[in-house]
Formats: sequence, structure tokens, C-alpha cells
Amino acid sequence: MLEAAGLECVRQQRVLFAGLSFALGAGELLRVAGANGSGKTSLLRILCGLLSPQAGAVRRHGAPIQALREDYARHIVYLGHAPAVKDDLSAEENLAIACRLAGVRVVAESIRDALERFGLSGAALVKKLSQGQRRRAALARLWLSAPLPLWLLDEPFTALDTAGVATLRGLIEAHIGRGGAVIYSTHQDPGMVATRVVELIVA
Amino acid sequence: MLDAARTIVTRDLRLALRRPSDVATALLFFVIVASLFPLGIGAEPNLLRAVAPGVIWVAALLSSMLSLGRLFAADHADGTLEQMLLGVSPLGVIAAAKVFTHWLVSGLPLVVIAPLIALQYDLPQSLYGTLALSLLLGTPVLSLIGAIGAALTLGLRGGGVLLSLLVLPLYVPVLIMGAGSVDMAAAGLSPQGQLQLLAALLVLAAAFAPWAIAAALRISSE
Repeated sequence: MLEAAGLECVRQQRVLFAGLSFALGAGELLRVAGANGSGKTSLLRILCGLLSPQAGAVRRHGAPIQALREDYARHIVYLGHAPAVKDDLSAEENLAIACRLAGVRVVAESIRDALERFGLSGAALVKKLSQGQRRRAALARLWLSAPLPLWLLDEPFTALDTAGVATLRGLIEAHIGRGGAVIYSTHQDPGMVATRVVELIVA
Repeated sequence: MLDAARTIVTRDLRLALRRPSDVATALLFFVIVASLFPLGIGAEPNLLRAVAPGVIWVAALLSSMLSLGRLFAADHADGTLEQMLLGVSPLGVIAAAKVFTHWLVSGLPLVVIAPLIALQYDLPQSLYGTLALSLLLGTPVLSLIGAIGAALTLGLRGGGVLLSLLVLPLYVPVLIMGAGSVDMAAAGLSPQGQLQLLAALLVLAAAFAPWAIAAALRISSE
């Protein structure tokens, strides 16, 4: 499904990693672990195409993602470090906009349903929510992202309480179960059965 | 594709309505700057009539500049810009939609209020139409060119100053033709030439700027 070959990342004249290669198939889970500043976020940004690697390439079904661009975007969901929700919009409006930009067709009920599963009502403006609730508002998109085969999640477990962690784990495991692939980064192992673990070590 | 553009336009309009102070700042700035000149120059009607087009145009230019910084900065800070970069529709379309909304809330109000400002300068009423038309054609060009600068300086420290240095020289042709058209009309000549050049600039900018903005956004979000 996704293949990385010889990835090298340089930030501020420092080589974060070099010669990183792996392949990810359907139904596989990849955990990116490593210390702060080891390049977990950079790796995920390279994998979704936001950042170009210094060397190497990321390929989907053999085609480099830089060439695929919007075609590649149609198959992935990337949830970054920032929750990507607007303070002055409600959780519901945020989710509807995110889905429309991602080309996922959803109806209002399923949006409300997705937010409810994460314990959010949806009508309140995001600026009134706590940090953890914002994270939930962003993660609720995953309930509606089943048709997108590849999920790239940057530190999805931060700021979540135990119930939120359990919900997210269930979501990820269900996606793996239906033949999707998930790449996520975290410092601590949440105890999911991962097919493969990439450890990033600072050079 | 049009769906994404519509989404962005309604989103940004809604955001602007929920935070009206941002919109009001640029408009008030325009009104205050344009109103300060008669106070400073003195109440000599002939002089005021002569400087009116230039002053109003410079005020519009600075006011458009003022609101540019926020065009992409907020989306960059909260991560929504990344989601636009990873969207399924071409980034140029999204950039065009964002610039269009920016113009709707910061450029269009200037066009509407300009005749009122012109009143302070005792500009003949026959020139109001030319003034408004020149602003209607010119302010979208300002938004389009300015957005390229805003995208390039995104996330830079001291980006605001750099943005002015980068964009203001590019505003010069618009200023010359915009103010020039009103001057022509005031002299009893036809302003058509200048207005057509402005329209040509608008067409050119509307066709190419969105793609330049898209490229700049990709560079500065790396």
C-alpha cells in the first residue's frame, strides 16, 4: 500500500534520519516511536506529502506520491500535531468542512453521530472546549474516514483521557481489521498489537 | 472542485461574521487615514479636490495591506491549512476562494464607502462612479498580489514588515492606474483607458496569482 525508500530528513542543518525504508501493506499497523525531536512528526509529514524528503521517495502502489498529489490525498487522512479545528466554528461545522475538503461525502446525522461517539454535543463553539475535547473533535473525523485506506496520525493519544484512548484504540483496530493501514506516532506504547514498529533514533 | 471553493468561501465568511472586529479594523483604518488628510492639509477646496483620488487610493492600499497578514496566518497556526494542502481539490482553487472571501470582507466595503469619503474632499459627484469602479477593479488585484506575499512570508518572524516591502512595490501599477482614472475623469477626459488596463490587470492576476499562492503555500508550510 505504501512504500518508503531511503528517506532522509534534514532540519536546521541536522540530519534527523537517513536511509529509512519500510513497506506497509493492507491491514498493517506501524508505530513510529522515538525521543522528542527525533523526527516523528517530520516522518509523518513526509509520508503524507507535506514535506519533501532530502533524499529517497515515498511511493503508493509504485507511484511516487509527489506525482500523485490530489490522487494520493483521496486515499489518506492525516491528523497532525495541531488539531486543525477552528476556534470560532462549532465542532459540527469543523467536521463538516474537514470532510468536504477531504472529498468524503457525509450527511449531517453521521457527523453528529461521530461527535457523540467521542462524547461531544457538536453545537458548542470549539473555543469553549478543553484541550482534550478539541483533540476529540479532530479525531471524530476518523469515524467518517473508513473509506480512506491509509491513516496517518501524529500523536493521536495526547491529551485524551482513558475513555478517549479506548475509543481511539477501537477505531484504529477496526480500521486495521477491515484491511486499512494505520501509521501513528507516540512516545509510549498504548499496547496495540502492531505488525511492525519503526524506531527512530537521532543521528 | 467548486464544492471545495464554496466550502472555503462560506467558512471564511462565517469566521469573519463571528469575529467582526477584524473586518471593522481594516475599514476603520481606511476611513480614519482618509479623514486625517483634510485635517492636515487644510480646507482649501481646490487642493482637496486635486489630492482626493490619490489619497483615497493610498488609503485603500494601506488598508488592504493591513488585513493581509491574517489571510493565511490563522489557518497556518491551527493546522487547518495543512488540511487544505492535503485536500482533494487543487490548492489553486482553494487559494482563489480564500482571496475572494478576503476581498469580499476587506475590499468590497472600501468600494462602497469610498464615495462617502470623497464627500469630505468635495469631489464632484460625477466622479463617484469612476472612483467606485476603479476601486472595484483595483482592490481584487491588491488582494490577489498581496496574498502571494502573505503566503511567502507565512510563519516568518517579522513577516509583517517583509510583507510590506515585498508587496507595496507591486501595488504601484494598480495605484497609478486607479488614481489616474479618476484624475482623467476630473480633467474631463475619458477614464476608459486606465479602467481597461485595470481590468486587464485583474484578469491577469485572477488567472495566475492563485497558482503562485498555492506554490508559495506549499513552500512555506514545509
